[in-house]
Amino acid sequence: MPALDVQQLTKTYKGGFQALKGIDLTVEEGDFFALLGPNGAGKSTFIGILASLVNKTDGSVRVFGEDQDRTPELVKSFIGLVPQEFNFNLFLPVVEVVVNQAGYYGIPRREAKVRAERYLKQLDLWDRRDTEMRKLSGGLKRRLMIARALVHEPRLLILDEPTAGVDIEIRRSMWTFLRELNAGGTTIILTTHYLEEAESLCRHIAIINHGEIAERTSMLTLLNRLNTETFVLNLKGRLSELPQLGGFVLQHLDDCTLEVEMSREHTVNGLFEALSRNGIEVISLRNKQNRLERLFLEMVDRRADAGWSSSDPANAPDAARKVTA
Amino acid sequence: MSRQGVGWYRHWISFQTIFIKEILRFTRIWVQTILPSVITTTLYFVIFGRLIGDRIGTMGGLDYLDFIVPGLVLMGVITNAYSNVVSSFYSSKFSRYIEELLVSPAPDWVILAGYVAGGVARGLVVGLAVMLVAMVFTEIRIHSVAVTLLVITMTAVLFALGGFINAVYANSFDDISIVPTFVLTPLTYLGGVFYSIELLPAFWQGVSLANPVLYMVNAFRFGLQGVSDIPVGIAFGIIAIFILVLGAFSLHLLRRGVGIKT
Repeated sequence: MPALDVQQLTKTYKGGFQALKGIDLTVEEGDFFALLGPNGAGKSTFIGILASLVNKTDGSVRVFGEDQDRTPELVKSFIGLVPQEFNFNLFLPVVEVVVNQAGYYGIPRREAKVRAERYLKQLDLWDRRDTEMRKLSGGLKRRLMIARALVHEPRLLILDEPTAGVDIEIRRSMWTFLRELNAGGTTIILTTHYLEEAESLCRHIAIINHGEIAERTSMLTLLNRLNTETFVLNLKGRLSELPQLGGFVLQHLDDCTLEVEMSREHTVNGLFEALSRNGIEVISLRNKQNRLERLFLEMVDRRADAGWSSSDPANAPDAARKVTA
Repeated sequence: MSRQGVGWYRHWISFQTIFIKEILRFTRIWVQTILPSVITTTLYFVIFGRLIGDRIGTMGGLDYLDFIVPGLVLMGVITNAYSNVVSSFYSSKFSRYIEELLVSPAPDWVILAGYVAGGVARGLVVGLAVMLVAMVFTEIRIHSVAVTLLVITMTAVLFALGGFINAVYANSFDDISIVPTFVLTPLTYLGGVFYSIELLPAFWQGVSLANPVLYMVNAFRFGLQGVSDIPVGIAFGIIAIFILVLGAFSLHLLRRGVGIKT
């Protein structure tokens, strides 16, 4: 039974803007699923409908086999939502936010306090339990939103840009936490600004653009579509003239930096052998661009250029380049 | 999910959580929520009851101070039940923490009941406080405890529902003060708090009968003192009808997500 089964989901806002144009999407139980798309693609509307914050216009949503229209309370109890925007009563202490949330889900206060302690400790917030929300930093608020979403122990956790604006240390610790949660059986759907995050965490991916699913596949399949990879090499000495290396396209970025584009047929070992033959020594190298980011841009640009389902073709390429996933 | 289950027990916990949250909210800021009504009504008792009231003599067969006690208590109940729900629910919309409830399995009627119960609680706390102040100035003997409690509770429920509807439609903090200022205050002052409608010409007596607050004040006065300009049965009927209509409308608004969902 899939964790999420969405069929022909549409949403038309007052004024006629069609945010979702008949989305079909299935997420299997236990999956770690990325939902990406440019700004205004319809991700937040989609998530809003799943979480009962947005009224759908048409279509069906089933969560673990339960229809959202027929058993809304049961469906809500399956889902935990970490929204994009902070939505707290800023004057409440941290622990009360979590205990209240448990109460709304029908968990008795005594048990709610036990669970609040467990999740606040797991997310390193227990020491701040009596701090008022408004005194927390952005990163701590993001972690609290995860604790709040987990207190009723949902089977499907939806995270809408959970690491937006948090420093790398907190982001990494949140990744570890989410991986462990997923390993424990919780299905996770993630949207994120950071494509590196999606690539690192998720097993399946859907790209949503102009209210339609542009792609839905496994992360591995998607990344295998990349035929070329580009590296940036920092050289030990100055390089005045570009050598000719068969199978590699070289470009000077400056006297000490070289950009190398190579197809999947070649190996990095082969590249280094060729460079060594030409007396070029390399200090370090890095990928020029995150692989998923590159695919994402290619996919969104291609469809925008083809006039693919764009409500406003004149703006589509610009909109597509705003990679915010 | 062991004790989470589905059904009445879970709904009861959800209701309890909202209710307790509401009580904690207004008791934490009691200087803003409870004290102003107590100070205002104390001034009313001093100025209208003692200083001016002694010169007015009797009203509706009662000393003037005794006459205004039920109206002043009810005025505190009405304004506080209303403003508790309107400000709390609108704040939750404004800061978006209403989403905490909307994503939860708490049904619409539980959410409504929780907020209304919070408003009723504040209304009754203020009503009790005003009554205690009144006891400083005059002797209070309750004619019918049942009528008194029923009227005061039903009135609080009615105006808490009114506050909820106001909050649903409000788009700014200005919007939540318009109804109290331009509707609630005139209705209360013209609802027989300070005078008996027998003093009015026949035409204005007829107009006054269209004011629902008049029925509540008189029914409450009957409960406390055994006198009323209106038959108490009619007063109860009218309050009950208003509660049913506003309650059904509030649930309809929640179900449609008016003002809280897109």
